[in-house]
Order: sequence, then C-alpha cells, then structure tokens
Amino acid sequence: MRTTLVIARLTFREAARRKILLAALALGVIFLVIYAIGFYYVNKDLNRPGNVGLIERNEIRNFLLMAGLYVVNFLSVMMAVLTSVDTLSGEIASGTIHTLVAKPLQRWEIVLGKCLGFGVMLTLYLLLMGGGVVMLVYLIGGYVAPNALRGLGLMWLNVILLLNVSLLGGATLSTLANGVLVFGMYGIAFLGGWIEQFGSFVQNQTAVNIGIISSLIIPSEALWKRAAYEMQSPLVQALGFSPFTSGSVPSPLMIGYAIFYAVIALLLAVRQFRRRDL
Amino acid sequence: MHSMPLCIVQKDANSKMPAAIEISKLRKVFGDKVAVADLTLTVERGEVFGFLGPNGAGKTTAIKMLLGLISPTAGDGKILGVPLGEARGRQRVGFLPEHFRFHDWLTAEEFLRLHGELYQMSAERLKRRVPELLDLVGLEPHAGKRLRAFSKGMLQRIGLAQALLNEPELVLLDEPTSGLDPVGRRLVRDIIRDLRQGGTTVFLNSHLLSEVEITCDRVAFIKHGVVLRTSVLQDLVEGELTVEVRARGLTPGVVSGLSRWSLSVRADGEHLSLTLPGEADLPDINRYLVERGVDVYALSPKNISLEDLFIQIVGTDGGL
Repeated sequence: MRTTLVIARLTFREAARRKILLAALALGVIFLVIYAIGFYYVNKDLNRPGNVGLIERNEIRNFLLMAGLYVVNFLSVMMAVLTSVDTLSGEIASGTIHTLVAKPLQRWEIVLGKCLGFGVMLTLYLLLMGGGVVMLVYLIGGYVAPNALRGLGLMWLNVILLLNVSLLGGATLSTLANGVLVFGMYGIAFLGGWIEQFGSFVQNQTAVNIGIISSLIIPSEALWKRAAYEMQSPLVQALGFSPFTSGSVPSPLMIGYAIFYAVIALLLAVRQFRRRDL
Repeated sequence: MHSMPLCIVQKDANSKMPAAIEISKLRKVFGDKVAVADLTLTVERGEVFGFLGPNGAGKTTAIKMLLGLISPTAGDGKILGVPLGEARGRQRVGFLPEHFRFHDWLTAEEFLRLHGELYQMSAERLKRRVPELLDLVGLEPHAGKRLRAFSKGMLQRIGLAQALLNEPELVLLDEPTSGLDPVGRRLVRDIIRDLRQGGTTVFLNSHLLSEVEITCDRVAFIKHGVVLRTSVLQDLVEGELTVEVRARGLTPGVVSGLSRWSLSVRADGEHLSLTLPGEADLPDINRYLVERGVDVYALSPKNISLEDLFIQIVGTDGGL
C-alpha cells in the first residue's frame, strides 16, 4: 500500500512538473475571472430597480450558474481524459514501466496509484473550477445554488468514471486508440443525451430509449444531466425543460450504475495490466 | 517485510540458500513467434554469469520472465528461491533494463529516491544510499540535474545506480555497457568486480564478448531461446591454445619431433603453428627447439578467444 502512494505521488508530481497543472490552473483562473466579470455586469443589471422581478432574477442567476458549470463539466472531462490517456500505454511504449514493474510491488499498485494521483489532481481542479463558479455566484449575486454539493459530487463522479475508463483503455490499447475510444464513447453519450432530451420534450419514447441506451454505453452525460437536475431552480423543475436539464431525468439507479461502471472499469484496468507482457 | 528469511544474508550459509536463479523448461511464445523455446538454467549464489547469444536469441525475453515483466507460456522457475512473478522475489533484486528509459523529468537524486521508495527503503537508509550511489557511478556533480539533460552514458550510469540501491543479492544487467565509452565500461567492470567480492550474484546479458571474458565466472550460450552450452569461463580460456612460433633453422626432423606435445603442427618456412592442450609444455618446447640449434625469435601462445568460441557454438548466421 505504501508503494501505491509512491506511485500516486509520482503521478501527481509528473503532472505538476510537466506544467499540466500550471496550464490548467492558469486557464482556470482566467476562466473564473471572465466568468466573474460577466456575472457581475449581468447581476448589476438585474438589480436595477423595476428591471426584473425577484423570481426572474434568481432564474437568470441559476441559468448563468448552470452555464458556468456546464463548461466546468466539459473542461473537467477533458482534463480527466487528456491527462490520463497516455499514462499506462505511454509508459509501456517508452519502456519507463520496466524499472517500476521490476520492483517488489504488485501491478495493481501501479494502476491504483495512478488512479489515486490523477484522482486527487482532478478533484482539486474540479473544486477550484466548480467550487469557484458556485462561490462567485454566491459572492457577487448572493445566490445560493440549490444542492450545490450534490451536484458537484455527481460531476466529480463523472470525472472519476472517465478517468477509470481511460486507465482501462491505457492498460489495453495504444495511447491513440485509447483516446479515440474514450472520446468516441463520450461523444455517443453526449449525442444520446441530447436525443433523449428532445425525445422527452416531444414525447417520443424511441428517442428517449436511444438516450438511455447510450447512457448504458457510458453514463457520463447522464451524470451531468442528473447534476444539472439537482442544481436547477424549482421553477425550471416545474417547467421541466431548459438547455441544461431534461424532462427525462436520469434516475438514482443510473447513478448506481455509474458507480458500478467506474469500479468495474478500474478493476478491469488492473486485470488487463496484470496480464500484459511488458 | 524485514523479517523475511530472504533478507538475511550470510555468506557462509550460501550453500544452504536456494540458487540465485533456477529455471526449468521456460518457454515464451508471442503469437506464432517463439521467443524462448526451452530454457533450463541454474545460477548459483555469488556467481557472475554471462548470458550470451546473438541478437534476437531471447536473452531479453528471458530476463523479463525472470522479473515477472513477461509471464512464461510454459515452464517455471525461481529467483532467490521465490517463484517467478511473485513481488517478494524482487525485493532483493536489482535490474538495469536494456533501453534504460526512465522518467526523465526527475533529477538524478529524485530518481534514485523514487526507486528506493519502491523498494520500501527507509528514509535514513535512502539518505545514506543515494549519495553513496551517485558517487559510485560518478554522477555526484549532476545530482540536481534532470535526467532529460543526461547523455546516454549518464543514463546508463544512473540506471546502474538504481539497480544497486537496495544492496541486492542478485543483479540482472541487460547489455549494461552497450552505450558506454571506455571509461564507463571500465566503471561497470569495476562495479561488477566489487559486487562479486561482496558475494552478490550478477546475471549479465551481453554480446560484448570481451567484457564477458573479463568479468564472468560462467557463461551460457543461447540461440533461438535454447541453451546450447554452459561452461565455466576459466575452463574455456585455459583450455586449448594455439602457439605461433617464428624460428630459423627448422628441419623436418625437428618439426615432426614436436608432435609429442602438439595436437597439430603446421610449418611454413620460418613459421610454425602448434595447437596445445594447455600452456604447461611451453618451456619444454622452447628448450627442445633451442637444444636442436633452432634460433627462436618468437613463441607466442594465444588462448582461444570467447569470440572464436561464440562463433564455433552459435554459428556465423547470427541466429537468423
């Protein structure tokens, strides 16, 4: 277990040393600054007396919050895949893995250590970005996002899910094939999510089913939809439609499926890596 | 972990300890390519063992199977008494891979610390060992430099340091001198000599035969993943030798008289070529020639080189 932590630290340190963290942090701060400025001016307009009613004001604030988090979700997913897509396949291809595996550690410790290292990094990233958006909305607009913790938690699960899938791909395929696979799956889920949303809007069950099936292939979009559902305003909830949420809300069962999916992906990654000739 | 019997090294108990390497009928097939056909080998404790063969003979695959990097298709074996593939077997094993690709964003010192931590070495021990090893391989002035800036030879040195961090009982070196200049090669030779003196077993995978000739106790010749012959190096090089003689006044009678010592005699004017079973008869041969009025200008014995032997055993086709 101690060696798992050594690998985790190595993974984290590599991201830091290769300036991945710096780039993500710098762009993250720029994103938050732009978001804050934008939100500040919209909010200033909202507060002008007689401009809009109290309910509408909070609706617009919620809309801006969701817009911010939508981007954070996308960026976090990118971070999860781009940082980890190369980690196993790249080390196998370059041969740096040889001196690691020849040490008295188990192969699962390498996979778990990498998962842990990237997991910590992505958690910090999501906290900075997602937490930043939620905080800014509160500090500037005085608006408390409903179920913010639950929403961010689901976004976190989404990031870990994609991380584990990317580790599984990396234990099996080349870096490029892995990247194509993970983004391809993400794309299917993304498209399926929108088909489901419109399907539910026009009450077409086939379209909804397509969405559900694509969520079974990889439940990443479903997790975002559920997160958005949790954090939406009561009015939108009553209307049942906005660009970010859908009338067809992923059920808690889908969250259970996503957790199961993430765990199985990691276990399979361990299995694949253990069997692999290096 | 520290209570494991493996960690208690007593040199006088070597005979009771399991062999450093013991493999039996090891086989590895990749798809339809047989990398290692049938490898049976025992390396005793304290030996410096040379593993020789042409490129593609399966040497690296064999080393990787020993370390659990590759799982054998068939056969089994033990290193330091632990079945292949088990992590605890690698606790007291050092390894320098052939292509020495390391995490090049680390500094030399960080790199050694990382690998020490993977050996689960304590902080104090690392504090002592890391500078010791940097000094040993002559990289102390570059301790804070990133590996990215290292030359091939420097990488090989830091790789070697990494393999010796844990004061291993068995060191596996895959072509350790292939990227080194003469100074680096001598360093590796000296390190191997020191390891032998300390009772460490060294398994040296090489095709640089002159290196092997100087450093190894025993060698195995392998081709197509089969051990063709295993020999004690001393026996090999101290065996048969050829003697080139340059002398004036040789008569057919004198020449034929040499056959009592020599396995074969070839005379060509002033040149004589003899094949002897050993060097013990050289003074007698010299005396014989001088007493018969022959002027001897040169009498040079030449051991059969490992290279000659390699080609004799492995063939000239390079294992293709």
